[in-house]
Amino acid sequence: MGVHAMRAGVLAGGLLLPAWSMADWTLNMTPGVTGTSNEIFSLHMTILWICVAIGVVVFGVMFWSILAHRKSEGHKPAHFHENTAVEVAWTIIPFVILVIMAIPATATLVDMYDTEESDIDIKITGYQWKWRYDYINDDFGFFSNMATSQDEIYNRAAKSEHYLLDVDNPLVIPVGKKVRFLVTANDVIHSWWVPAFGVKKDAIPGFINETWTRVDEPGIYRGQCTELCGRDHGFMPVVVKAVPQAEYDAWVQDQLAAAELERQLTEKEWTLEELLERGERVYATACAACHQANGAGIPPTFPALKGNPVVTEDLPAHLDIVVNGVSGTAMQAFGPQLSEADLAAVITYERNAWGNNTGEMITPKQVFDYKNQQ
Amino acid sequence: MSAVIDTHAGEHHHGPAKGITRWLFTTNHKDIGTMYLVFSFAMFLFGGSMAMVIRAELFQPGLQIVDPEFFNQMTTMHGLIMVFGAVMPAFVGLANWMLPMMVGAPDMALPRMNNWSFWLLPCAFLILASTLFMSGGAPNFGWTFYAPLSTTYGPPSTTFFIFAVHIMGISSIMGAINVIATILNLRAPGMTLMKMPLFVWTWLITAFLLIAVMPVLAGVVTMMLMDINFGTSFFDASGGGDPVLFQHVFWFFGHPEVYIMILPAFGAVSHIIPAFSRKPLFGYASMVYAVGAIALLSFVVWAHHMFTVGIPIAGQLFFMYATMLIAVPTGVKVFNWVATMFRGALTFEAPMLFAVAFVILFTIGGFSGLMLAIAPADFQYHDTYFVVAHFHYVLVPGAIFGIFASAYFWLPKWTGHMYDETLAKTHFWLSFIGMNLAFFPMHFLGLAGMPRRIPDYALQFADFNMVSSIGAFMFGATQLLFLLIVVKCIRGGEQAPAKPWEGAEGLEWTLPSPPPYHSFQTPPEVK
Repeated sequence: MGVHAMRAGVLAGGLLLPAWSMADWTLNMTPGVTGTSNEIFSLHMTILWICVAIGVVVFGVMFWSILAHRKSEGHKPAHFHENTAVEVAWTIIPFVILVIMAIPATATLVDMYDTEESDIDIKITGYQWKWRYDYINDDFGFFSNMATSQDEIYNRAAKSEHYLLDVDNPLVIPVGKKVRFLVTANDVIHSWWVPAFGVKKDAIPGFINETWTRVDEPGIYRGQCTELCGRDHGFMPVVVKAVPQAEYDAWVQDQLAAAELERQLTEKEWTLEELLERGERVYATACAACHQANGAGIPPTFPALKGNPVVTEDLPAHLDIVVNGVSGTAMQAFGPQLSEADLAAVITYERNAWGNNTGEMITPKQVFDYKNQQ
Repeated sequence: MSAVIDTHAGEHHHGPAKGITRWLFTTNHKDIGTMYLVFSFAMFLFGGSMAMVIRAELFQPGLQIVDPEFFNQMTTMHGLIMVFGAVMPAFVGLANWMLPMMVGAPDMALPRMNNWSFWLLPCAFLILASTLFMSGGAPNFGWTFYAPLSTTYGPPSTTFFIFAVHIMGISSIMGAINVIATILNLRAPGMTLMKMPLFVWTWLITAFLLIAVMPVLAGVVTMMLMDINFGTSFFDASGGGDPVLFQHVFWFFGHPEVYIMILPAFGAVSHIIPAFSRKPLFGYASMVYAVGAIALLSFVVWAHHMFTVGIPIAGQLFFMYATMLIAVPTGVKVFNWVATMFRGALTFEAPMLFAVAFVILFTIGGFSGLMLAIAPADFQYHDTYFVVAHFHYVLVPGAIFGIFASAYFWLPKWTGHMYDETLAKTHFWLSFIGMNLAFFPMHFLGLAGMPRRIPDYALQFADFNMVSSIGAFMFGATQLLFLLIVVKCIRGGEQAPAKPWEGAEGLEWTLPSPPPYHSFQTPPEVK
């Protein structure tokens, strides 16, 4: 032993410490920042302590028997095998405990289901593998993609503080307002969860689920998709920024102005280089998860774009697939998801990247005309 | 009834056939039971090695070993193989070995169907395992295979998966019919229903559950088959279908299914605890009624798996109350086991160690189940590692420890040799420590907010994931020891008497160890 054990210890310590230094040892649920999450937390703690109390009694009797009533201690077995009074008691007492538990649980549930009289309505749509937020009252919306780089995920770069829990465009809500979420999905079932709000709702294609929250504490709150939704299920975080009302109003104005700017991009005259530059960015966020950064795809589910005849030759088919999707497959219709400028850019990029050197380009105006024909 | 048995006994005085035909064509309940158990252990190692891949990937944050696509295939196949390949066949194997001996019969009631229901299983799992090598890979949508991820968005191999499930279902239904026919028709004279051993009772109820829900599973996968290949839209909203319908139908099968995986273990433990407490089982009648109540309630609680899908509040409340109610009969069973131990004369051989651990750890799984039943709290627990911790606590120390306890309890009867007690106790303690190390930290991970079925996680989850992986590797490696112990026991060892356990009760102990090829040639009298 001695030297070997010490070496093994040092080795194991060296291996484990870097990960542990970044981590914490959280044992319990946190109370969160909303009324709902606090009520859930107190329900959780109540039921936990009831379970602990029952456990202490049951396991107490059991360990007493294990220690005291051993054959090796010379204990002689008793022969009783029923006792009606005891059996009735341990049927009725748990039942009463359950009724006591059910009362506050019912009250909390009724409160959670009350989505009436909201101040703001936001539609949340789950996509493989990103979220879209539409501000129904103000008529704008945007996608929220994970911002963690592939280099961090594949251990080529140091992991940042909010590894896997960072997005490009967080959902922004004002504090102190009742925000109603209308949750749905575009492809498969997702689930939108922010633990600090106590809000989790499945996003189901063809259905609109309702839930709500009221956040009083400004801050940034993070969650994740919690329903298996395919390959990148682990990589579609939820980030919500709760800000004071004035800041929220200013942010809404900025968004509206940006949307207007986006619309003007369609009219602009584009060069091939400009489209390629924009297209590469759009490809990385909208396409690369399936078709891969190098265009090789993951056949047969996600076909390769590199050298694909649709991409190198048949431009109308290419445009049709990107805009309208391919029904019955994982290929979504990107027409409603992306602006004309982004659609033109990404198609142009795909026709010129990875050796698909067609030299062809399609302009946002052409895409706009194509969409209007339909 | 006795006339049937007499003619049957008169026809067969031979022993087993020689060579491979003994196993291929056998209609003997012991041979078929052995095949079920061997098959189930092979699947346990196969599904377990997938769990090792999962835990290796989750050892540290970041993607190191497998691609997320393959990770999803591993979680899916691990679940499917453990549920349908390891746990269920193990209990059918135990039923085959023990039911005829416990009710005083020469064999199962339908021996040819018994052979067929076994041999369908390797076919089903060959099909399922072959999907790993198909283009597009194996099923990757979780063992619950929610549509539309498993239909419109599923890999091409999904159709093979559907046929594998169909074949498993046929096998299970035939096995269940056989169990019911055996128990209702072949009991020894004098063995009334309320004198049946509890393992017989729990299997009778389990068999009815199987017959009730396996066709529902077949129905749901057939609807998937139609959606994928024949243009229907059962689960496709864009064609007027309903993705939530899938979940309702699946969990109508799925919830009774979890009791199918635990009730026979309840029965076995109800034999083992009295035997090593040297004291009769406390509350036999209430045990029977409790199992019946659990089985009935299991049909009206399915939507507690779906609290976040947006069912109306009246539905939420109904399923919450019904689910909480299950705690009452389950509690009765635990209290009865503890009362059986109380003031007994306890010894702790391997079967008892596994049985006591079963009671303690299953109860912990029951507690987390009760917490999950509270619908508002479930909004925070749902689809996190808390759920993973919960069902591994009821399935590993529940179903699997129940199977180990049964195996050690009846191995001397099956083989005629005592197993190596020291090795068996080592197997227990390493399994116990490894299992708790692997699954207890998952409670903390879930409460801290880690979703299930993710190949990579945020940094605050790193420490407990590493602990969990170490525990899982320990638990996994330990199971090879079980293989060694069983092989050693089959090949030799101290001669086992007819009744190796001082406190054991039941007809199986009146037969010599190992028992004759056709268990009871003349029915014993039960007073």
